[in-house]
Order: sequence, then C-alpha cells, then structure tokens
Amino acid sequence: MTLAEMPFILPDLRPASAELFVLAMACLILFVDLFVKDTRRTAVFALTQLTLVGAAVVTWAGTSGEVVYTFSNMYVHDFLADMLKQLLYLTDIIVLFYARAYVVDRPLLGRGEFYTLTLFATLGMMVMISANHFITIFLGVELLSLSLYAMVALNRDSATAAEAAMKYLVLGALASGLMLYGMSMIYGAVGSLEIGEVAERLQAGVANHSILVLGLVFLVAGLAFKLGVVPFHMWIPDVYHGAPTAVGLFIGTAPKLAAFAIVLRILANGLLTLSYDWQMMLLIMAVLSIVLGNVAAIAQHNFKRMLAYSAIAHMGFMLLGLAVGVVGGDARFTLNAYSSALFYVVIYVLSSAGAFGMILLMARAGFEAEDLDDYKGLNRRNPWFAAMLMMLMLSMAGIPFFVGFFAKFAVLQAVVASGQIWLAVVAVIFSLIGAFYYLRVVKLMYFDAPADPTPIQAPLEVKALISANGLAVALLGLFPDTLMWFCLLAIRLSLSVFA
Amino acid sequence: MLTLSHYLILAAILFAIGVVGIFLNRKNLIVLLMSIELMLLAVNTNFIAFSRFMNDVDGQVFVFFILVVAAAEAAIGLAVLVVLFRNLKTIHVDDLDRLNG
Repeated sequence: MTLAEMPFILPDLRPASAELFVLAMACLILFVDLFVKDTRRTAVFALTQLTLVGAAVVTWAGTSGEVVYTFSNMYVHDFLADMLKQLLYLTDIIVLFYARAYVVDRPLLGRGEFYTLTLFATLGMMVMISANHFITIFLGVELLSLSLYAMVALNRDSATAAEAAMKYLVLGALASGLMLYGMSMIYGAVGSLEIGEVAERLQAGVANHSILVLGLVFLVAGLAFKLGVVPFHMWIPDVYHGAPTAVGLFIGTAPKLAAFAIVLRILANGLLTLSYDWQMMLLIMAVLSIVLGNVAAIAQHNFKRMLAYSAIAHMGFMLLGLAVGVVGGDARFTLNAYSSALFYVVIYVLSSAGAFGMILLMARAGFEAEDLDDYKGLNRRNPWFAAMLMMLMLSMAGIPFFVGFFAKFAVLQAVVASGQIWLAVVAVIFSLIGAFYYLRVVKLMYFDAPADPTPIQAPLEVKALISANGLAVALLGLFPDTLMWFCLLAIRLSLSVFA
Repeated sequence: MLTLSHYLILAAILFAIGVVGIFLNRKNLIVLLMSIELMLLAVNTNFIAFSRFMNDVDGQVFVFFILVVAAAEAAIGLAVLVVLFRNLKTIHVDDLDRLNG
C-alpha cells in the first residue's frame, strides 16, 4: 500500500472533548506556572480546580447514554465512562482541597508540578476509562503511571519517598511488561487489538486456545498489579507509606476507578467468552487479598500502612463482585455482580479519600501524623473530626448502617446468587477480623489520652469537605438506592452483553 | 526456514531473562532498569512476529507506542535513580530497606 492509498480522515473529536479540554488546560497551566511568583501557587491551584470543574461540565454536556465509538473504534464514549469520569473529577477536586495546606507547608511539594502532574494523571485515567483498544489502554495506564512515579519522588530530599518511587517504578514497569506480553499473546491468538473485535472473534471460535489462555494469565497478572491485589500487592504498602501523604491520597483514590474501568472493559467486554478461566483467577486473588490484607493490617503501627493493607483487602472484595458474574456459562447474574463491584469501588474511593484527608488535616509543617498513636485522644482535641473519622472507619469496617455495609452486602448478595456460599462465609469472617483494626482507631481516639492536647485547627473549606465526606458515608448508608441505581444503569447501558 | 514459533520462543526467553533479572538481581538498580527494557523489547519481538505472520499492521503500530513509552519510562527511572543516589549515596538493591513491615 502506498501513502496515497491511505486517506486521512479526521476522526470525530466530540466524544473525547473532555480529554482534549484537560490536555489543553494542563499544557496551559504548565506554561502559566512559569510566570507565577507566588510561592503558594494560588493561581495554579485555582486554575487546576477550574479545569476539573470545566471538564465536568464538558462531560455533562456530552452525556447521552448512547455508546459512541471514535478514533477507529479505539475510543468509546458511554454512560459508564461518563459516570466514572464525573466521579474522577470529583475525587480530584476533593484530593486537591485536602492536599492544599499540606503541599503549601512543604516547599518541594507545593510547586506547579504537583498540579500539572495531577492533571496529566487525570488525563491518563480518562483515557483508561474510555479505552476500547489495547493501545489506548496501554497509553492510558502509562500516562497515569509515569505521572504517579514522578509525583511520589516529588519530595526529592526524602530518602523514603525516593525509595518508594523506585519500588513503584520497577514493579509498575514489571506489571506493564506482563500486561503487554499478555496483550501480544491475545493479539497473536485472535488477530485483533480492538476489544469489541476480540470479543466477536472469540465468539466465532479460535483455534489456538492454549496461546489465548497463556495471554490471559499474563494480562490478568498485569491488571492485578495495577489494582494491587495479592499476590501482586507488594508495592502498595511501600508506596502508601513512602509517598508524601498528599500523593498517597491521590494514588489511593482516583486510580482505583480507572483500574476498575479497564478490568471491566478487557475482561467483561472483550474476554467474556473466557470467563470460566479468568473468573477462577480473580476468585483466588480476591480470597487471598481479603485474607492477607485484613490480617496484615492488624500488625501495622503506621496509619498509612494500615490503610494500604486495608486497600488490598477492599480491592479483593471488589474483585469478588467481578468474579461471580457468569455462572456455568449463564451471563444472567452479570448485571448485579458488576454493578455491585462498581458500587463497591466508588464507596471505597469515598471512604479512602476521607481517611487520607484526616491524616492531611492532622499534619503540620514538620509533623506527618502518620502513626496510629498520633490519633490518641483525638476526641478531646477536636470531637467533630473524631466523629468524622469514626464514621469513615466504621463504614470501611462494614458496620451497618454505614454505606460500607451496603457495599459489602451488595457484593455478598452477588456471591450468594452465584451459589458459592463458602466464598461469602470466608469474606464475612475476614471482614470481621478486619473490623478489629478499624475499631482500634476508634478506641485510640475516644478512650486514650492525647500525647499533645492542643486543639486541631483546619481551614474552613477543608473542615466543610471532611464533614461532607464523613456525612456522605453516613447518608449514603441510609439512602444507598440512588447510587446503586446509577451503577446498575451504567453497567446495563455500557456493557456489550446487554446491547 | 524461520517460523513463527522460533520468534515466539526467542521472545519468551528474552522476557524470562528480563523477569528473572528483576527478581534475582540483588546488586545494581541500573541492571534492574535494563531488565525492564529487555522485557519490553521481548514484547515488541512478539508483536512484530505476530504482525508479520498474520499480515496485520496493528501489531507493528503498537510497537512504536511501546518504544516511545519505554523511552519515557527509562527517563523517569533514571531521574528517580539520581534522586535516590543523592539521598542514599548508593544504588544497591539491598540498601532499599527503609520501607518494611
């Protein structure tokens, strides 16, 4: 084929308008930052927040519920993508508000790079959420990961941050390598890189099943690395612990939404024919994560490390929902199972943001508030914040009637519907064991004497946000139906099984 | 005559050397970055072999993207390595032991 035979057709850019907007603004902010004299970077902060709000408006204007493909089917715009992107912007806005005081107090962190890298990472996550082709998935994952590596190392005078960044980079690159190797094998077996076409050709029947399963194993291993589930969880505790708390907050929240999106698109949209194989892998990883995460968290003295193991356990719980969609070749249960997993990940992001937000709120210049002992007697220092953290902890533990209970309940319902009662029993037992370390935080706050009894002050907007975050956990627990309805809608409108 | 499986075996061996290099290497972080690069190049071999034998260009296009991303990854990796060396005065893998538990 010569050059003249390949016509260049401008793709329809409208489905990707939010991404283009964020990209343009990120470049603009990078440029504006050069001329900002203010060491607090108020202008950069405001512009970043405006970008996120603007992106939310652009996404809102384009929301239709239809499934639209663009860039030669490499990119998909559907209700699931819109919903996850809106949640992503919201998470980012909350993260930036929580992180504001922390980064201003630390000169190495509080520079323009923190904000532009956040935006580029957000762009990467948006690409992941809308990806419909192995190339776009890879590019989204890498844009996110490369931004995060740099953000972890942003505090360049800290040996722990540099070590965390190095470990994250090596293990992240290993994960990308595994994922790519899996993609190449699937490409070899199926002959296409586009998710929809992969699904069609698999349905038609592929001769070489062994290459396909080999590829699937590598692909699932790579995805598990990105989600941080056992046995690919090694980086999570080190990165949560070593990264600056503001970056830890970001890593611990928004990327989970994007990772959920690519797992759902690859496995449920592309490889549903192979569900018997990958559901088994997900099940094993989910059970191992729930067991190891909950048990290892008990031994931690560092609050961030404890949250890291809790993240592993929560991601395992979320995987349970994804692992029970197809029962004996019958895809009847997929809607409930996948929407319960979506509900779970949204609730996890909300509670995790609140918990990290409390660490940031307690931290001052030169004081990190990382140790569990720093939370002793929080009730006497500020009863309102103690109540908020208690609600977040109880929700994460899955105590009724906080929203974490309903998230766990929905996943367990899907597990029971699939007929695997033993699985539900294991998950419940280890959640009960896990409740211990959440309740320990509550005990420290309410029944121990503070080492430093000075009252805690916080800027008004952070106070308002943390209150909203804590109350959201309680209120969503009383009225979980609306969010659940959105999750069901997103899965039904966007997954190709229901088309 | 070289067949598809020759290329796949070569790629698998390169990939395995890369992965083993990451896990067995206890000395130098630069060797670790080299192992990562080797893994990605093994994947590229795979893609090109499949692409050539299936007469489908998509795989070769993917390789360009992987190459570019690998370059960016190496740049960030070396930058982090410099930061690490300035803080620890060492790039031995065994000395990365502050974060444990």
